[in-house]
Amino acid sequence: MTAALLEVDHLQMNFPIHGGLLGRVKAEVRAVNDVSFRIGAGEVVGLVGESGSGKTTVGRTLLRLEEATSGSVRFDGTDILQLPGDKMRAFRKRMQIIFQDPFASLNPRDKVREILGHPLKLHRIGSASDRTDRIVSLLGKVGLGAEHLDRYPHEFSGGQRQRIGIARALAVEPEFIVADEPVSALDVSIQAQVINLLQDLCKDLGLTMLFIAHDLGIVEHFCDRVIVMYLGRIVETGPASAIYARPNHPYTKALLSAVPQPVPGGRKDRVILKGEIPSPINPPSGCVFRTRCPMASVECASVVPPLKTVGLDDHLSACINTA
Amino acid sequence: MPLPRSEAPITASAHARPLLRVKDLQTTFRVGGNKFVRAVDGVSFDLDPGETVAIVGESGSGKSVTSLSIMGLLPHDSGEVTSGSMRLDGQELRDLNPEAMRRIRGKKISMIFQEPMTSLNPVHTIGRQISEVVIHHEGLSHRAARARAIEMLELVGIPEPTRRVDNYPHQMSGGMRQRAMIAMALSCEPAVLIADEPTTALDVTIQAQMLELMQDLQDRMGMAIIFITHDLGVVAEVADRVVVMYAGEVVESGTVHQIFEAPRMPYTVGLMNSIPRLGTKLPGNRLQTIRGTVPPLSNLPRGCRFHPRCDHATDVCRGTGNHPSLDAAAPGHLVRCARWKDIRFDVEESA
Repeated sequence: MTAALLEVDHLQMNFPIHGGLLGRVKAEVRAVNDVSFRIGAGEVVGLVGESGSGKTTVGRTLLRLEEATSGSVRFDGTDILQLPGDKMRAFRKRMQIIFQDPFASLNPRDKVREILGHPLKLHRIGSASDRTDRIVSLLGKVGLGAEHLDRYPHEFSGGQRQRIGIARALAVEPEFIVADEPVSALDVSIQAQVINLLQDLCKDLGLTMLFIAHDLGIVEHFCDRVIVMYLGRIVETGPASAIYARPNHPYTKALLSAVPQPVPGGRKDRVILKGEIPSPINPPSGCVFRTRCPMASVECASVVPPLKTVGLDDHLSACINTA
Repeated sequence: MPLPRSEAPITASAHARPLLRVKDLQTTFRVGGNKFVRAVDGVSFDLDPGETVAIVGESGSGKSVTSLSIMGLLPHDSGEVTSGSMRLDGQELRDLNPEAMRRIRGKKISMIFQEPMTSLNPVHTIGRQISEVVIHHEGLSHRAARARAIEMLELVGIPEPTRRVDNYPHQMSGGMRQRAMIAMALSCEPAVLIADEPTTALDVTIQAQMLELMQDLQDRMGMAIIFITHDLGVVAEVADRVVVMYAGEVVESGTVHQIFEAPRMPYTVGLMNSIPRLGTKLPGNRLQTIRGTVPPLSNLPRGCRFHPRCDHATDVCRGTGNHPSLDAAAPGHLVRCARWKDIRFDVEESA
């Protein structure tokens, strides 16, 4: 791995649950629980997991769109969770996000010119006169053009809107991008176009990316490394090639085997997990996956399994039975 | 050997009389003022007892409107079946008045949706909602209806059905609601179940549970399923036959093996190649794409509706009067492409 651009240590995010007449905090949801990982400069890391795994919350706390409960996020050596607002602004320019829903994430009353102009103005990039040139060049990067400058979001298709969302993230020339399910809302034939675009941009601009997704096929195709989360914790992480060829954690195995493949009469050895992801308000003791795990043993209820090396140095799995 | 042109473009059916025969269905929507679009334009397919036909397409293909037309659930102020026929067990559904259609819906033909709260009422218990269906259709007593509700909940794998029957939808998890919706749809043992993207909003591990459940219920109850989806992985898993739709039309149909192993329509091939398969390294590490976007129904291309996005398009494919017909490429395999005989595809062989 190259030098780490992003180092996340013991990240914790508890959301309070208010209840009763006085709205007192009666419980906490541990959305992210003791999560640590590194992302090297220029790497594309996939973060996968089901709803309730905490993957989106991780992405949002990295950018301080949510304030983490504890832990540290070092970006280029600085713990950004400790920075006061004015100092944080310089870092916001270096870290951007692409949202899932291209319909909800663009202001319907703004023209493309304004959508892409706001971040430039906010970060005082370029003079007013050369901003239009910058915006046109941004549009060019994502496969749109000057003819789109004065159009509103509703005049675009879903795929085009997502391209505008990508252009907005790129406007301030960030080094790091969190892409939160950027193609999930798009039609199949459009997904491939947007993935290829992201791939080109990462290569041409040397971007580092955390790619949050639930589509495991796209993650294998697009990402260098993969982090698998379940109920707020990392259960397995490693190079994409290793995770897909030799998954170690029972959850990763089940997740991979559940993906329907476009081959009639394809897989017969599917692992079908029982039940659903438990409530994060009251997670199982010990290993969080044990209530659905086909391999669970008595010890799994008492030990929180640490991430241990399996095979390769950077392939880690948190299971007392397999790792 | 030249293959015969099909006279009636319907997918071949092993049965003399299919359970459901949709023929030349045309559904028109009013889009403001006096402007109309044909969301479904001449769609035909057969459904045999106990089989699963998947209708595949992207947004705007007309796949959901096709199912709403069959169910008689089009928004009556804007959408209307304007021609064609839909025969369920020999009975023309277009001839039925709303009251007669209500007697069939839920009894002989049922539907489940992507979002369970579309069909579940938030202010009634699950048990009451299932009971209502069987009381209405089968005239069961309240006591017998409740017993049936419990039996159905058990059948769809809801734990503690005698307790859950008194739950309101909000007291259940997403996966459980999905099961409850299936229980309600199947409570009168319909001959046909239409499932409109039933697993699209679910996580893959829950999707796997649902697909297994539906397969198991089909084995036990023998209903035929129309499975509407955009996910080709799901299609390969559940379908006996496949209908591919594009811009309101059927562009290819055939058995699941014909469609996945020898697709003929460039659009079908493009869809197959644009999804990454687990464990397959792609040449140059690039996904293949279909350029452009699905055309709006109000402004369809002349000739073949897919030609502006097609790598194989020539003058034959463009221009008025060149709208390609559905040809039989093999027994039971229909393709709408003027050039299907000339194009050879390298279909990615995957183990």
